[in-house]
Amino acid sequence: MLKFLARRLLYMIPILFGVTLITFLLFNVAGGDPAATAAGRYATPEQIDAIRNEMGLNKPLFFQYLDLVKQIFTLDFGTSWSSKQPISMLIKNGIGPSISVTGPAFLLSLLITIPLALLLAHKRNTLFDKAMMVSCLAMISLSSVVYVLAGQYIFSYMLGWFPISGWDPSLTGRWHYAVLPILIIVSLSLGSYVLFFRTIFLEEIYQDYVRTARSKGLGNAKILLKHVLRNALVPIITLVVMQIPFLIVGSLLIESFFGIPGLGGLIFTAIQEADFPVIKAMTLIGAVLYMIFQLISDLLYAVVDPKIRLG
Amino acid sequence: MAIVAAAPKGRSLWSDAIKRLRGEKIAVITFVIILLYLLLALLCALGVAFPNYAVINNASPYLPPNSEHWFGTDIFGRDVLARAAHGTITSLIVGFFGAALAVVIGTTLGAIAGYFGSRIDDLIVWFYTTIDTIPYILLVVAFSFVVGPGLSTLCVAIGLTGWVSHCRLVRSEFMKHRERDYVQGAKALGAGHARRIFIHILPNVFHLVLINFSLGFVGAVKAEVILSYLGLGVKPGTPSWGMMISDAKLELARGAWWGLAGATVLMFFLVLAFTLFNDALRDALDPKLKGR
Repeated sequence: MLKFLARRLLYMIPILFGVTLITFLLFNVAGGDPAATAAGRYATPEQIDAIRNEMGLNKPLFFQYLDLVKQIFTLDFGTSWSSKQPISMLIKNGIGPSISVTGPAFLLSLLITIPLALLLAHKRNTLFDKAMMVSCLAMISLSSVVYVLAGQYIFSYMLGWFPISGWDPSLTGRWHYAVLPILIIVSLSLGSYVLFFRTIFLEEIYQDYVRTARSKGLGNAKILLKHVLRNALVPIITLVVMQIPFLIVGSLLIESFFGIPGLGGLIFTAIQEADFPVIKAMTLIGAVLYMIFQLISDLLYAVVDPKIRLG
Repeated sequence: MAIVAAAPKGRSLWSDAIKRLRGEKIAVITFVIILLYLLLALLCALGVAFPNYAVINNASPYLPPNSEHWFGTDIFGRDVLARAAHGTITSLIVGFFGAALAVVIGTTLGAIAGYFGSRIDDLIVWFYTTIDTIPYILLVVAFSFVVGPGLSTLCVAIGLTGWVSHCRLVRSEFMKHRERDYVQGAKALGAGHARRIFIHILPNVFHLVLINFSLGFVGAVKAEVILSYLGLGVKPGTPSWGMMISDAKLELARGAWWGLAGATVLMFFLVLAFTLFNDALRDALDPKLKGR
């Protein structure tokens, strides 16, 4: 186990190198003169030069690259161009609101779609299964932007059931604002989740052990829950773990529409205002989170599935 | 007299697949729908269908649906249905070129990695793992910033970021095939690397190219909407579903839902048709999945 962990950690180094290199090439080398952008349209050449010094852009490219790598380990990403606040603070404040929306939405989606997909796999090729499949395909044929727009329009503007947008930072007050965003995320992910889980369960349901279980007289419920679901755990756990980085980063669409002060909203504003340091910081953080949770999911494999040997 | 029995003419994988597809009602219907969209885009581009899409009529902004304007009018009094119809052109271009670029990159890199293995394989695996690690949307955003938004940027950004999963599949198929007898036989007969890759192995994994192209097409059409909402879509004024849907944010505040409805309805049937066709295509090309 330790050997595996060490090898996996070593393997992360070239990937981290690749991620930082591409980010660096996109933002520092190809992305125009960041100092001129940061200084604004009416800056004098002296002002731009001062900013360039301050941003470390007069250093050779190699040292600029080292600065970028250092940011990942110190978590100090400098200040935002538009709000002038330290980016690490903006990020720390954004995680809470993002997870308050994406976390419950994800759990609710799993609770609805896993049992439903199990049922569909059991009743495969019946009329019920086919009708549900077509509904799911129809649901994923709509753009997620449409879900957000229509949800907000119908339930906030027309029916007035939920606030149109806004946020209350207190732990109890925020749910008033979070309910509609959560419901929208659940509805827009429903179709793809059901299709995904159904495929996984079908893969298991055709295996020999299911036939064995059936021939020794086990009931349907027992076969589905004890055998099929359990064997399908590996892909499900992978999905869950690999989804966590996205839960932390939050939803760009939802947060910008509903004025939720999370990381998704932070990215959205940064894109609108071409706030390069924030976009760069979020790119790096997103990549590092992805790597960390990939490692965790690899380690969990071994715990769930004894067939997979590490080493 | 030696009798040489004429070998029965074998049916190829492709004629088999087309035969299977023709027998599937859903495949035929969805294929016709996709062709109809193609026809609509062609007629719009030629100026035959909906030539009034850019006609501004300041006297009649935000008209609700009526007999003259089936999906009403937008802020400038332009016919929503005409604009949505012309948006088909943008979506088909983004879908086709975005998916084509992704498939070409993925197939080339996957074939090289899987066929040659060793060092070059390590390098390509490293490259796509890196691309896969960077958050997709931010990669597209950063690329759009560097190049400047527009139709071609959309296609290239979607293509450059969308090839990873296809590359993985092609790579693992090539790894399997390069050891098979027919490839070893070709080698023994003196076939070079290029011949073995393109003439011998590629036709055997080409079904993956078709399936992933079709998947990528749907993904690109959807990505256009999200990128338009982020302000990275086509030039303002060019009709596109993404622009119409993101404009709907302001329209809905005035109670005008028909702009959103027009673009959504047209997009819905294209994406649904493509998704269903893709399923049928996969069943036809991969007989192992049949009956599931």
